[in-house]
Amino acid sequence: MAEKGPGGLDPKRRDFLVKMAQGAALAGTGGLLWDYILRSEARAAPFALRPPGALAEDDFNAACIKCGQCVVDCPPKILKLEPAGGALPIGTPFYEARTGPCTMCPDIPCMKACPTGALSPNLKKIEDARMGLAVIDIENCLSYKGLRCEICHRECPLKGKAITLETHPRQTSKHAMFIPLVHSDACTGCGICEKACPTDIAAIRILPHKLVQGKIGEHYRLGWTFDTEVTQDFKQAPQAAPSSTPEPGGKPGGLDYLNEGGL
Amino acid sequence: MSTLPPFTKADALASVEKLHHRSPGAKLWSWRYIILRRISQFGILLMFFGTAHWGWQVAKDVPLLIGNLSASKFIGLIPLTDPFAALQIFLTGHALQSESLIGAAVVLGFYLLIGGRMFCAWACPVNMVTDAAGWLRDKLGIQPIFHLPRTLRYFILAATLVITVISGLAAFEWVSPIGMAHREIIFGLGMGFTALLAIFLFDLLILKNGWCGHLCPLGGFYSLVGKSAQLRVRFDKNTCTHCGECAKVCPEPQVLNLKKLEESGYVFSGECSNCGRCTPICPEGSLKFDFKPLIRSHNMHADAIAVQRRTR
Repeated sequence: MAEKGPGGLDPKRRDFLVKMAQGAALAGTGGLLWDYILRSEARAAPFALRPPGALAEDDFNAACIKCGQCVVDCPPKILKLEPAGGALPIGTPFYEARTGPCTMCPDIPCMKACPTGALSPNLKKIEDARMGLAVIDIENCLSYKGLRCEICHRECPLKGKAITLETHPRQTSKHAMFIPLVHSDACTGCGICEKACPTDIAAIRILPHKLVQGKIGEHYRLGWTFDTEVTQDFKQAPQAAPSSTPEPGGKPGGLDYLNEGGL
Repeated sequence: MSTLPPFTKADALASVEKLHHRSPGAKLWSWRYIILRRISQFGILLMFFGTAHWGWQVAKDVPLLIGNLSASKFIGLIPLTDPFAALQIFLTGHALQSESLIGAAVVLGFYLLIGGRMFCAWACPVNMVTDAAGWLRDKLGIQPIFHLPRTLRYFILAATLVITVISGLAAFEWVSPIGMAHREIIFGLGMGFTALLAIFLFDLLILKNGWCGHLCPLGGFYSLVGKSAQLRVRFDKNTCTHCGECAKVCPEPQVLNLKKLEESGYVFSGECSNCGRCTPICPEGSLKFDFKPLIRSHNMHADAIAVQRRTR
């Protein structure tokens, strides 16, 4: 090459490489920004109540085409599509339990309307839907205050399964307390209880499972329940029990330290 | 290849004169496609709205048109799905249900046949906004600030697909002003109109035909789909005087490259949206909607006549 530009490159080749780098930088920054907007839009609000059969939130966000056919086909017209600028992911269907709970249509028309499978056709019975879980604010629940309310129990479409009453007898001058208990193995999260709750702000609310539900570790063995298999977990560990020999450094071992009143 | 008829500058000026001295009736008649497009665009919106809010049915329990432009069901039977949205959802890793696949095939087949960007000019609600901005811009004589290449939309299209794979979310569907507009008209108002306002101002004050002609990846997608279109604008090189009035009204003037049109005999670019602005404006009637096979036979016929005339 006769002419060499900066960096010992042919100027044309250099121009081309610079253009490529500029294009890549533009695409990269633009793409990252776009990606960021998408993610923050999708994951900002994990408290949306989705129609029955909805996939897990991330899968649902990916699969929903935002067409609103579930909204149109919903007989009680409780579903809405989130408009732009709202708190929930844009264009996705949701319902608000306090103003419009799911009426649990047995034929699940909203799910049947979904063209993409974001509302999964694997849901065969509406009782198997898990739209959310009812959670009771025991500080504000009238029943916990000793009043005869139990409206949530009476209104629950799965009364006796999703919500049961537990009686707590009190002294003779007071009637017993009738405490509503929610059972996650039956509660569909329809929200009829939240709608019915007579307190100013509902004391029973529907929330997505992952916001409220805990999980005990696999290692817990509830020996007093019939369905817990009897195991040999109480065998001594293969290693010797904590030894009482002093640790290197002259201090007594942990057990001795406690047993000998070292505290 | 026969040589071109020797049209001169004077012929072109005469053509323009002809255009300026049209009768009011002829002028009104030249708006026919614009009026038809508005009827089509509003009609589609109205069918969706009427089904959602007034329970429009074709028969008992057979709703007319449920959903919106992303996905819908026509007369309870024919699924329709935006093929670009379906492609994005597929790229998120979600296996689409057969209903949306069939719907996407129906829509894709339709636009493969009549021209992908027919969607833009005849169905898309944003087109009404950008047409209004373009009309006002011409009236006000606003000069451009900068230019962008019209191929930008294909890069944005590619970016949409890449970002969809990376983020696991349908990248364009989540920010699409088209989707926002349609959803919010049919299902309740939100901030989507600000996106439409932004597009209006962008097209009006910053870049002519900015959104539809440069940025929109859905337009880019349908441009690619439209390459095989059968319904096209036929170009008659024997009558065209090169007055250039068609390119002045065309929102995608690069598709009216007369040199290339003379070779092919029709507007072949997928970027043509069959909007019907050029066909009524042409003072010589050189541009006409036609179907591709008919275009070929017509042009052969017209050439033969022109040769006959010249040799006589």
